[in-house]
Amino acid sequence: MTAVAPPRTAAGAPAVDGRAVRGPRRHGVNRRGPWLAIVYWVVIAITLVPIVYMIVYSFNDAPTNRLSFAWNGFTTYWYANLVNVSGLGQAFVTSVAIAFLAALISVAIGLPLALALERYRFPGRGAVNAVVFADIAAPSIVVGSASLSFFLSIGLGTGFLTVLLTHVAFDVAYVVVVLRARIAGTSRALEEAAGDLGATPFQAFRLVTLPLLAPGMLAAGLLALAMSIDDYVVTSFVAGPSVTFPLFVYGAAKAGMPPQVLCFGTLVFAVGLLVALLNGALNRRLTRTRG
Amino acid sequence: MTALGVAPGLGAGPAPVRRGRRRSTPFLLALVGTAYLCVFFVIPLVSGLIVSLMSGNPDDGYTFTWNFGIYSSLFVDPQVPYLTFLLRSLWYGFAATLVTIIVGYPVAYFIAFRVSPRWKNPLLMLVFVSFLVSFIIRTDMWAFVLASQGPVVTFLQGIGIAGKDFHILGTGGAVIFGDAYNDLAFMVLPIYAALERIDPRLGEAANDLYAGKFRAFWHTTLPLSRSGIFAGVLLVFIDCVGDPVNSALLGGTNTYTIGQAIQDAYSGNQQYNVAAALSTVLMVVLGIILFIYARVSGTDDLEDLV
Repeated sequence: MTAVAPPRTAAGAPAVDGRAVRGPRRHGVNRRGPWLAIVYWVVIAITLVPIVYMIVYSFNDAPTNRLSFAWNGFTTYWYANLVNVSGLGQAFVTSVAIAFLAALISVAIGLPLALALERYRFPGRGAVNAVVFADIAAPSIVVGSASLSFFLSIGLGTGFLTVLLTHVAFDVAYVVVVLRARIAGTSRALEEAAGDLGATPFQAFRLVTLPLLAPGMLAAGLLALAMSIDDYVVTSFVAGPSVTFPLFVYGAAKAGMPPQVLCFGTLVFAVGLLVALLNGALNRRLTRTRG
Repeated sequence: MTALGVAPGLGAGPAPVRRGRRRSTPFLLALVGTAYLCVFFVIPLVSGLIVSLMSGNPDDGYTFTWNFGIYSSLFVDPQVPYLTFLLRSLWYGFAATLVTIIVGYPVAYFIAFRVSPRWKNPLLMLVFVSFLVSFIIRTDMWAFVLASQGPVVTFLQGIGIAGKDFHILGTGGAVIFGDAYNDLAFMVLPIYAALERIDPRLGEAANDLYAGKFRAFWHTTLPLSRSGIFAGVLLVFIDCVGDPVNSALLGGTNTYTIGQAIQDAYSGNQQYNVAAALSTVLMVVLGIILFIYARVSGTDDLEDLV
């Protein structure tokens, strides 16, 4: 139970902590100086500043229905009247729907592509690799404006569908990258064993490969979900009349932010944190039982 | 194990080939994904190029006329100083990237080498924790924090460092700060991944052979983490140069960037050809800069980074 999984990188070498024990500590005098730790925690503190402000000011009793600097006392009024802002709730639902659909579709499309790129050599593989790479590297502003050009020239009206199509287009590349890493780390031995035992390649895939890749698919799907739900730049081009959460918030940021936006942000943050903590606890338990 | 095997609609699964692997398998696997990327990524990029060569106006519509003149008209005696916007965006991108390297490297180094293995993942997650809040909300909260009535400026004025007219919001510095803040994790993660691959014994060997810790770092760790820095630069620089949000929410009239120009040309003025030409120029300029950087830094195989 107490055994902690050895660090992957050590490659047989003793864990980092074991260093001090071996050999003379000629050069290791201030090896554990506090500066790096201080830099790390200051940086983390700075990243949290806007989050703290968001949470605190979501409870501010602002009389104007707009975010203001003056602290007028604590209230949960904005949480009680969460969907009182016209369009905000709808925008949130639209964003969540698009993000879930985009994540599902991009994993479904990305998994076979990742398998092909990672496990086979075939003519055109380099070109496909380059396209996936370009899809990640291309600036959102270019992808957004090019997608709008495309939809305009084929006469497809912008809206929910065009947002979904473009989100899948950038999600797929991230899904492929995550899944390729997982596939590379998965041995083919089990699959081949299944084949030796009489399974067809499809059965071996369904009963062996797929379960092995399930955690990777979940990770890829979550990344795709996060990329989609938070996208503003690409969406701003192809959304047409439909409004996603980032589009709504951007409009609000320019015109005066209703406190309910901060409430939504706080609730999403709380849920996300909870999921992350549960996931971490679960992983820790898994490594312990396996170790 | 079988309980985990829930596959979401795998319509494009591999073909049920009976015995052995066929030549066609990789093509069938890659078919749907490649087709999708072609239709909704490659063709749009090409169509952007085509739209840039159209002429016309928002009222009468646009027709394709091989109007290469648009490119020179944007940069030679233009009505709008697009070149200034482009150069300014490149400067913001460069400065923000530099900031993320300077701040992100020690953070990644700390997680990779100074904490026990069981704390690595939680500390890495903590770098990403701000991602749980929408990008636009985060940026707008900074506008709130950095505003002239906000806590930072008030504090600096209170202790006498800043004068009465001192302001942060609306300056290029605020935009660079926002860019760097929003993209820091994209620098930390690849550098961390590169550092993790380094065998700690190499550092020790260097410690034994060289005189000091600094030289050991300079001659072993830093060169070995170059691929991580490169990947980070790629992600951060491209994102910051094209970004219209930080300059819109944290900047002012003198921080207008090429990203804003593209956005306004499209949605505000409906000058589709101008917007498409500007994005093409941006793409080409970024491509050239990163190609040169790849050559100089000696990173040959770009695809290895993906």
